[in-house]
Amino acid sequence: MSAEWDWTAETEIPSKLGAHLPFLEEVLSRMESLGWGGRDLFGVQMTLEETLTNAIRHGNHSDASKLVRAACKVNGERFWLSVEDEGEGFCRDDVADCTADENVGAFGGRGMALIDAYMADVSFNDRGNRITVTTHRGYRPPVDDAD
Amino acid sequence: MSTPQRITLTNSGDVTVVTFNDSKIIDDQSIQELGQELAALVEGDDRDKIVLNFAAVEFLSSAALGKLISFEKKSRSKKVKLILTNIRPEIYEVFAITKLTKLFTIKDDEADALAIL
Repeated sequence: MSAEWDWTAETEIPSKLGAHLPFLEEVLSRMESLGWGGRDLFGVQMTLEETLTNAIRHGNHSDASKLVRAACKVNGERFWLSVEDEGEGFCRDDVADCTADENVGAFGGRGMALIDAYMADVSFNDRGNRITVTTHRGYRPPVDDAD
Repeated sequence: MSTPQRITLTNSGDVTVVTFNDSKIIDDQSIQELGQELAALVEGDDRDKIVLNFAAVEFLSSAALGKLISFEKKSRSKKVKLILTNIRPEIYEVFAITKLTKLFTIKDDEADALAIL
């Protein structure tokens, strides 16, 4: 199924902390102009922040000579994002589930948990160095806040 | 200790109330400074009750959550009572998704926190 996108962008970001912010701000600004806001836009902001900083920090180890390649497509209802780094790849099974009781106070894993929660679909390429996410307005994660 | 840049401190009786100076806690340097300034609060033995008031916080990244977890561990090791308050719904959802609602004591507002400290 193809989607009619109102705005698309591709960019290359040097792997310096903070270098992703102009792209992040541009995507949010475009989406706001397309009617996104509130909780929906918050989830997109979180996803942009976590995917891009993961690629910079963990994928490319903050090596400014390495690039993060990001592509984004948006319309009034849907958001699509792909973020690729030059790292050796990421294996989801190697990251502790921060939501498991024994890991609640542990460091790491929360960025991925947030991406999973805010996006309707999350996938990786075989190498594990490219994440692709999609969501739509009104999507709500199944939050289990039980004690 | 030099004047904190990322947080503001006020006292309510024997409780230290901490508010955040940044509405978006994402910049890496700011997060590092925030972690250091929070840690400094419990380095001495002069505080045993702290409220973190999140009223000003509109967004925070997982890196910032990591600093809050470090602060919780330091506070617990020093037997400092720590309560988080005034968390807007979007930020509370971040705590809920990452199950940090189980790690932190969270109250609606400062008055609720002060009542049990």
